[in-house]
Amino acid sequence: MEKLFRDSGHLIRPALVLLAGLGLFMVIRGAVVPKGFGQYGHYRPGALAMVRQHPLSYAGHEACAMCHEEESKTRAEGKHAHVSCETCHGPLAKHVDDPVANVPKLPTVATLCVRCHEKDQAKPKGFPQVVSAEHSNGMACNDCHKPHSPKL
Amino acid sequence: MEMNRRDLLTIGGKLLLIASVGATFEQITGAEPAPDVYKMADHWWGMIIDIEKCIGCGSCVRACSNENQVPDGYFRTWVERYEVPEGGGNPKVTSPDGAINGFPLPKPVDVKSFFVPKLCNHCADSPCTQVCPVGATFVSPDGVVLVDKDYCLGCRYCVQACPYGCRYLHPETETVDKCNLCYHRITKGLTTACCENCPTGARQLVDFKNPKDPVHEFLKNNKVNVLKAYMATESKVYYNHLDGSVR
Amino acid sequence: MMIPGVDGFMYPNEVELQWSVLIVLYPFVTGLVAGAFILASLERVFKVEAVRPTYRLALLTALSFLLVAPLPLQLHLGHPERSFEMYTTPHSSSAMAMFGFVYLWYLTIVLLLEIWLDYRADIVRLAQTSKGFLRVIYRALTLGSMNVSPASRIVDDKVGYAVTVIGIPSAFMLHGYVGFIFGSIKANPWWSTPLMPIVFLFSAMVSGIAAVLLLYMASMKLRKTPIDMRCVDTIAKYLFYTFVIDFTLEMLDLIHRTYESDESFRSLDFMVHTRLWYSHVILQIGLGTLIPLVLLAANQLWRFTEARRRAMYVTACSLTMVGIFAMRWNVVIGGQLFSKSFLGYTTYKMELVTREGLLTAIALMVLPFVIFFVLVKILPPWQESEAHKA
Repeated sequence: MEKLFRDSGHLIRPALVLLAGLGLFMVIRGAVVPKGFGQYGHYRPGALAMVRQHPLSYAGHEACAMCHEEESKTRAEGKHAHVSCETCHGPLAKHVDDPVANVPKLPTVATLCVRCHEKDQAKPKGFPQVVSAEHSNGMACNDCHKPHSPKL
Repeated sequence: MEMNRRDLLTIGGKLLLIASVGATFEQITGAEPAPDVYKMADHWWGMIIDIEKCIGCGSCVRACSNENQVPDGYFRTWVERYEVPEGGGNPKVTSPDGAINGFPLPKPVDVKSFFVPKLCNHCADSPCTQVCPVGATFVSPDGVVLVDKDYCLGCRYCVQACPYGCRYLHPETETVDKCNLCYHRITKGLTTACCENCPTGARQLVDFKNPKDPVHEFLKNNKVNVLKAYMATESKVYYNHLDGSVR
Repeated sequence: MMIPGVDGFMYPNEVELQWSVLIVLYPFVTGLVAGAFILASLERVFKVEAVRPTYRLALLTALSFLLVAPLPLQLHLGHPERSFEMYTTPHSSSAMAMFGFVYLWYLTIVLLLEIWLDYRADIVRLAQTSKGFLRVIYRALTLGSMNVSPASRIVDDKVGYAVTVIGIPSAFMLHGYVGFIFGSIKANPWWSTPLMPIVFLFSAMVSGIAAVLLLYMASMKLRKTPIDMRCVDTIAKYLFYTFVIDFTLEMLDLIHRTYESDESFRSLDFMVHTRLWYSHVILQIGLGTLIPLVLLAANQLWRFTEARRRAMYVTACSLTMVGIFAMRWNVVIGGQLFSKSFLGYTTYKMELVTREGLLTAIALMVLPFVIFFVLVKILPPWQESEAHKA
């Protein structure tokens, strides 16, 4: 036994270095792994809350109806009933938070309407689409069509 | 009711005890003061898309970009325009800037054409979360594939593993980013920014666990498909009228 | 609207490549580690006595490249400061998560331990005879034990043998898992094949053996010592055999793809004929495989003069290194050049001086040789340890 130790005792040294490294790793790991990791799956549960805290930019059309009753009613009875307010008017959560300080800019008709209604063979056949260059003789879309109830 | 000083002190003492125990308990568990009404276990989110309703206006792409501050040149959602020639051969596909400004005036060609909106499919058996080495991307208990940007290393293995090309490396945070189904909105009872702003209702957020959700009728009554079904990723974005030529 | 560098259609997020030349470098470097180690084990375990002059050299080569291996990965990460997360919360379903553990295992239990055990007699002797700063280094390397009795050296030899035996599958793991990282991605048909880990391994062995052969010949030249031709001829023979297997595997993959001609084939075939023509057909297959194979095969069939053989080996090995690097390039970069829609292609815009640019890649390729030079000075591979008998 003594002979064994004498001849192979030096092997203990790298073994000790390894064990020390392992121990250090376990200590660091204990300190560094985020709290609750693995609770729902292999991830930080805090990430769920973090993602949920992202601020809103779009308020949703129901929020608009709370103040703009007339426009909402007109829209609901017309062909644009399924077009949400913010689709044309842009993100308005800030306006809902503070209507006076954040007044939204009216959209530019020239580019807005053609994005949906320019004729394209890839669009569904029943969808109202025109070749804008030939359609209005240079007039703006809202010269004839009321955006909230566009059917003439 | 007559109260003497002793009664007052007793009641006060009990109240104080309850309050202090409650406060201590709150300290130990770190519980939020207001109860969370959203229960993850009650939801299993997905989306349904009707190709025959999509007009390629790009409102969804713009809305997503605004809602989520998506960096220029990268896309959490985008729309593709297909022209499918008869008799085999590759379709001609375009997606100018992800269709964020719709599609420029196309040359009329007499072939089958349609639009295909795309986004993260929030796969139930997602190949991207499988390969993340540290657990920075995951499927939430309510079925949304999310990225933990405080934990992501930016190795981009998940970007390589996604068959749909929906992930990218955010140039500022240097972490991976992608559609998160507007998790911050749907957990508050709102719909996603893209669905909110789709003028034709081509895109609709659905909750499979809600018995009254239109998805059940949709799946029962229509010929539906998912992208790259052979990959068996259990995609939760179902398409109606998806042509076989769609890649 | 044309996107510069893009032909056809790519998903909007696919246009920019995610994995750069540094990710090409990583499998190349770990491949050299695995290959060099296999050459060392050829002598230690398989008793091919002829290659003994390169035993220690091979170990030092492996160590030099292993120390550099994590660097391309760290430089590539968006957040290298978070890379410890792979150790603290490794995701067991991810092949990449294995990296940290396999690397540390291989570095400590296999390579460092084997080098320590083999060199111990020399380290103790140098600890006692050297002066100044070097003395401190050697004393540290002894780990406090000055016991170099013949009995202890026999123990070292036995343990070293066991370590080498464990080291062979460990080396396979170290590099094989890289092949699996690519081979297990079903989203990418250029990568997804069960052959990938095996092809990676055999090309690693080829590059590692070629690297040690070159380093041995260069070292002997620099030290003005005669080259042991028997050693070099034997290495060349094993290089030839390994290369034949590697070439067979790669051709099998190619033939299989062409024959099955599935959905992805047309797109991939076009890519090989256009964007990958130079790197795949000319560099990898032509210059990097066929010419070395011919040179090595010739030496198995005919006897050339010593000078001619040396010239042929140097040519063959240099071309091999280039060819295997090209193979890594074609896998990593090639796999990102085509769209997953099979409708388009993009271009790799390799930058020059950025974190993931060409200059960084060159620096990372030079660094192992600098480390090798330092290691050779501290742990001279030229004296054989006396307990290490054939």
